[in-house]
Amino acid sequence: MTKSWLFEGGRIIDPQNGTDQERSLLVVDGLFAAAGTPVPADARRVDAGGCWLVPGLVDMHVHLREPGQEYKEDIVSGTRAAAAGGFTAVACMPNTQPVNDCMAVTALILERARQGYARVYPVGAISKGSRGEELAEYGEMKDAGVVAVSDDGMPVRDSQLMRRALEYAGDHNLAVISHSEEIALSRHGVMNEGQMATRLGLMGIPAAAEAIMVYREIALAEYTGRPVHIAHISTAMATDLIRTAKARGVRVTAETTPHYFTLTEEAVQGYNTNAKMNPPLRTEADRLAIRQGLADGTFDAIATDHAPHSSLEKELEFDLAAYGIIGLETAVPLALALVREGVIDARRFVELLSVNPARILGVPGGTLGAGTTADLTVINPDQNFVYTLESVVSKSKNSPFLGWSMQGRAVMTMVAGRLMFELTP
Amino acid sequence: MTAGYHFTQKHILGIHHLSPEDIAYILRTADSFKEISTRTIKKVPTLRGHTIVNLFFEPSTRTRLSFDIAAKRMSADTFTITASASSATKGETLIDTARNIAAMNPDIIIMRHSFSGASELLTRYIGASVINAGDGTHEHPSQGLLDMMTVQEHKGRLADLKVAIIGDILHSRVAHSDILGFTKMGARVYVYGPATLIPRGLAVLGATVCSSLDEAITDADVVMTLRIQKERQSDPLLPSLREYAQKYGVSRQVLDRAKPDAIVMHPGPINRGVELMTDVADGPRSVILDQVTNGVAVRMALLYLVMGNS
Repeated sequence: MTKSWLFEGGRIIDPQNGTDQERSLLVVDGLFAAAGTPVPADARRVDAGGCWLVPGLVDMHVHLREPGQEYKEDIVSGTRAAAAGGFTAVACMPNTQPVNDCMAVTALILERARQGYARVYPVGAISKGSRGEELAEYGEMKDAGVVAVSDDGMPVRDSQLMRRALEYAGDHNLAVISHSEEIALSRHGVMNEGQMATRLGLMGIPAAAEAIMVYREIALAEYTGRPVHIAHISTAMATDLIRTAKARGVRVTAETTPHYFTLTEEAVQGYNTNAKMNPPLRTEADRLAIRQGLADGTFDAIATDHAPHSSLEKELEFDLAAYGIIGLETAVPLALALVREGVIDARRFVELLSVNPARILGVPGGTLGAGTTADLTVINPDQNFVYTLESVVSKSKNSPFLGWSMQGRAVMTMVAGRLMFELTP
Repeated sequence: MTAGYHFTQKHILGIHHLSPEDIAYILRTADSFKEISTRTIKKVPTLRGHTIVNLFFEPSTRTRLSFDIAAKRMSADTFTITASASSATKGETLIDTARNIAAMNPDIIIMRHSFSGASELLTRYIGASVINAGDGTHEHPSQGLLDMMTVQEHKGRLADLKVAIIGDILHSRVAHSDILGFTKMGARVYVYGPATLIPRGLAVLGATVCSSLDEAITDADVVMTLRIQKERQSDPLLPSLREYAQKYGVSRQVLDRAKPDAIVMHPGPINRGVELMTDVADGPRSVILDQVTNGVAVRMALLYLVMGNS
C-alpha cells in the first residue's frame, strides 16, 4: 500500500489557508506535507492537471438507515456512495430504528463505520425516541461520539423543549440542527402548495410551514444566546428570515440542498415520487432566492439530505410514497453548475461543502494545511457524464436526476491518506 | 372537425390530456350512442368478446353502475372488484393488484381510487387501456364529459357560455375536470366558494376565482353546485353546514341572478338543503337527471373509442 502521494498540476483551493493556486500537493503518512518536504521515492504520482484539489467534502446531513432499515442503505454502502460523490465525511441523522438517542446506538454506528469508506459523525436525537417529549442524554451521547443533536424528520413541536435543547446542548458543546416545519400546517400535504399541487390534485405544504419554525428557532437562539443550525431550507421566506437574523448578530447557521437550488415543483409532474421530499420542491421564485442566499452568504453549507428509499417505498401512489431522495453522488456536479453559472466561485464552493460544515459540527477537516490529516477530494470540474441507474453506488436509486447529463465530478476521494474512491475510466 | 382527425388516446386519465378536438369527438360519439339506451332491446354487439374490469377502491354507486351499464349495452363482459373484496385489505400494492388483473388479459380497466395519480401510475405497469373513474382530488374525466354533453344539449354550444361552479373546489375532482373541459371548449368558468375550499393557484386551471356568489352567478348560463362532504367536517374548514347553506347554498333567490334560461347541475349525490335547496334541485331549471342519463352515453363512447386504440 502506497503511503505517500504526490498530486501534480492541480489547482489547490484551500480557503482556510488562503490558497487558490496551481501547485503540487504532497501527502505523507496520512498527513498533508509542508512545502519543501522531500518526496519519498515510493510516492504515487498523480497527474491532477485540470483538476481541483480541495479539502475533503463534508456532508452534514445524510440518512444511512443503519440500524434498522439496511435494505435501503447501510453504513458501508452509504459511505461508499459518499466517497464516490467526493465526500470524506458525513453526519448521519438519528432517525434510524431504533432512534440514535443513547450511547449504545451511537457506539453501534461508529463500530460499523470502521468498515466504511468515509468518516461518519453520528447526530444524536434531541428528544428520547425523537418523540418530542423529553431531552435525550446529550452528555453520554457526546462521550460516545455524537457531534450534534437533531430530531430530523420529526420536527420538535414543543417550543419549550427546543429552548431547553439549545441550552442543554450548549453545555455539552453540541450543535443543534433544526428540521423546521410547523406540522399543523403541513401534515396533510405531500408537495408544495401551489399551482402544481392544484393541477395534480395533491394536498399542499405551504411555505409558511417552514418559515414559522425557522423564525421560532431564530427567536430562541437570539433569546438564549445559543447557536442553532437550520437544516434543508427550501423557501425564499425562510432564506430572508435567516439573512436578517444573521445581520443583527443572531448565532444562526443554515444549509440548503442541491435539489432546492436545482429543481422546482414542476419536477413532480407525472406524480414522480422521486421528486417527493420534505420539505418539498418549491417554486421558481424560491429556487432563485435559494441561489441568492448561496451567493450572498446567507447559507453556510450545502448538504444533500441523502435519504435512501427502496422501490417498495417509491413505486406507489404519490400520497403513499416516502419522502426523500438520495443525493451523495450528485451534489458535486449540481454545485459545480452554480460555479459555472456564476452564482458562487470555487472558493465559496469549498466553503459550502467542506470548511463550513466541518466548522458548524466542530469536527476536523476543511483544510489542506500542512500537518493536518489528509482528507482530500480531487474534482475534475469539466468531466461530462450521464447519471444512470446502473452507475448509482447507493443501495437505493431514488433520484430525480437519473438520466441527467452532468458536468464535473469527484475523481479521487482520500481519507487520512487512504484512497477510498478513484474513478475508473 | 378538422380533416384527418383521429382519436388516438389509449387511456382516459383526465381532461387535461384531451384536446378540444378529442372532446368534441367524444361528445359526438356519445350523442350517437344515446339512442341505444332508449330502445326496447338496449344492446348492441360492438364490444362483444371484450373484457372490462371495474376496479373500485372507493365507494361509488352512480359512476360504477353507469360504467357497468355502458359496457353491458355494448355487449362487453364486465367484472367488478370493489375495495372491500380486493387484495388491498391484505396489504397488496396497487401495482401488484393491477399486474395480477392484467395477467388475465382484460382490454380495459376502469378504476376509481382515493389517491390522485393512481390511474396514471397504473398505465406504467400494465398494457390494458385505463379509464380514470375518479382519482383522489385530481380528475373525474367521464363526469366532466357528461357535464359538457348535458350543457351542449341544452345550450346548443359550449363556447362563450358563462359557467359558475359553486362550492368545495379543493376536494372536487369533478370541479377540476369541469374547469379544464369547459375552458378548453371556449366557455368562461367562474368559481366561488369559502376561501378555505379554494385551492391556491386555481387560475392555472383556467378558472376565474370570484369574490362573491353574486359575481359568480350573475348572468351565468350554467350553475354547477358541488357536494360539501360532511365527512370532511373534522378539519376546521367550515364552521357548520348550517352557515354554509345560508352563505354559499344555491337557492331560488340566488338563482334569480343567473340568466333566465340558466340550467342547474350537480354531480351528485346532493346534500339537499346544504349546497342546493330542494326546490332548485327539483325545479324546472334542474338538469341533474339528464346528467345521469348522459353519463351512460359518454361512457359507452369512451369504451368504444379507447377499445379502438387499445
